Amino acid sequence: MSLLVEVRGVSKRFGGVQALADVSLTIRHGEIYGLIGPNGAGKTTLFNVLTGMVQRDAGEILFGGRLLDTRTPHRVTAAGIARTFQNIRLFANMTALENVMVGRHRHGRTGVLGALLRDRRMRTEEAAIRRRAEELLHYVGIADQAERLARHLSYGDQRRLEIARALATEPKLLALDEPAAGMNDSETAQLRTLIEGVCADGVTVLLIEHDVKLVMGLCDRVAVLDYGRKIAEDTPENVRRDAAVIAAYLGTEVQDG
Amino acid sequence: MTGSSDSPAAAAGPFARLRSPIAGLLLLAAGLLLLPFAVGELFGQTWVRVAAFAALYVMLALGLNIVVGFAGLLDLGYIAFYAVGAYLYALLASPHLGIAFPHLFPGGVHLSAWIILPLGAVLAALFGVLLGAPTLRLRGDYLAIVTLGFGEIIRIFLNNLNKPVNLTNGPKGINRIDPLTVGDASLTRGVELFGLTLPGPHLHYYLFVALALLVVIIGLRLQDSRLGRAWVAIREDELAAKACGIDTRNVKLLAFALGASFGGIAGGLFASFQGFVSPESFGLLESIMVLCMVVLGGMGHIPGVIFGAILLTVLPEALRHGAAPLQKALFGQVLLDPESLRMLLFGLALILVMLYRPAGLWPEARHRRELSSQ
Repeated sequence: MSLLVEVRGVSKRFGGVQALADVSLTIRHGEIYGLIGPNGAGKTTLFNVLTGMVQRDAGEILFGGRLLDTRTPHRVTAAGIARTFQNIRLFANMTALENVMVGRHRHGRTGVLGALLRDRRMRTEEAAIRRRAEELLHYVGIADQAERLARHLSYGDQRRLEIARALATEPKLLALDEPAAGMNDSETAQLRTLIEGVCADGVTVLLIEHDVKLVMGLCDRVAVLDYGRKIAEDTPENVRRDAAVIAAYLGTEVQDG
Repeated sequence: MTGSSDSPAAAAGPFARLRSPIAGLLLLAAGLLLLPFAVGELFGQTWVRVAAFAALYVMLALGLNIVVGFAGLLDLGYIAFYAVGAYLYALLASPHLGIAFPHLFPGGVHLSAWIILPLGAVLAALFGVLLGAPTLRLRGDYLAIVTLGFGEIIRIFLNNLNKPVNLTNGPKGINRIDPLTVGDASLTRGVELFGLTLPGPHLHYYLFVALALLVVIIGLRLQDSRLGRAWVAIREDELAAKACGIDTRNVKLLAFALGASFGGIAGGLFASFQGFVSPESFGLLESIMVLCMVVLGGMGHIPGVIFGAILLTVLPEALRHGAAPLQKALFGQVLLDPESLRMLLFGLALILVMLYRPAGLWPEARHRRELSSQ
């Protein structure tokens, strides 16, 4: 399998805290890649560096073999990386459908003139945006919620909507920041099916997750961060047996199991 | 549970409601056409001028609504763009430049309004970008302070640019501004049409209402487009909007520029209507007034903003004209100065609206529906 993402020697310091120290990892095309580690290990920082929300101090990131322009988040999105947020960030006062339509932004070209004239090209584009957004709502299973305001959706549906909005940008890599946080078992199971479906449809998935069971069951490969360093990167089975990982994080739970 | 998806009107979008009842539109058109005659007969000719001003303020409020209502960028200096449009018109359609630069422009500059107004829109848009570019990272209170400063800077410049060269004539302002003309007819003098005498204020009213309607259509179309969605997305969550691939810098600058251009056009119309401009028409209070129209009516909701603009134009005038006679009738004398009473009641009304209708007097229907279905 060819490489989609190559993170090379990325470091980031916040004041006195070394959030990331010389982290390198690789994500292959078409896999589900997990990123785990104890609280404060630097998972979200790595995520933010990758998606252009935080500027790294050192290192480089290659995406599809090319240097990734991470100067602003929208450039990263244009390159083909979409993300969700740990604490859901939807457009609260827009409908679910409109949220997903915003995700189609970079695929439209209508400017001021097009909007004012409402010419045929604009109307065709608008209809296509709407159709694709409806498809995506259906895809994540909340088509019946299309006309409701995002802030009135249930927690699980908000998570799904955020994934639909991210998919609307047609990413090559979907980066999910703790998508199962706050979900019950049945919601987590549904989420798992959804992520597997996304991956089966050809989108590579990067997953930060606290729910170790979900990560171990879902991911093809897992990287473990601890104090800003990568201490392991392997298949879930091997990571589970890794002495450094056991010491740092999984501890007794693996020995018991 | 899903109170909205089963109602066809809600699913068809905002235009379905506008297009289907053609009778309603015709009624509206007839109403707008007859209004100045009715108002003139009932309350006197000054009220025709008030109606014309209401249309001007609708334009201003809808321009500010793009910046504040759609994109969520609190702008307290919006009146500066109105000033830019007004002064550009005053300079390019009055003898003033002839006095300031007798060799360069003997007799002053007298361009056609239909050249100056688009120029005013473009110049105001440039000023909008000028304000927007350095404030891109600011939001909320911080942006409010910077925009407030910007508005004051423009006003103070206008107040002081009478030396070393007399560009703006300082606090005295510029007078003898050319009236608007359509073809050969001057709007100020009025015309005879089919045996009907249309005085100046009536003609201005018709022109302003026509342009205000155009601005309404522009606003509606922008709102219901990829750009309008991007603005609202930025208002709701800027970081998430960036993550959706929106170049927030360009989209915000566009909001500033478009909003400002509406203000520029309205300013030009104001200058020609008054025949006179001076810096005191463009103070902070005017900026706040326009902001109140947007907030009071229902931020981001075009019908609400129109309503707010009309209400806040008409109400203070009614208080100004009605307060003194009313007091005379009740108490036999004028106890409170109508001008201060006007501001008192105005402030009270604002407080009441914000307490009891925080989303504005006429917020978006879907918000109301969602709130009531909770």
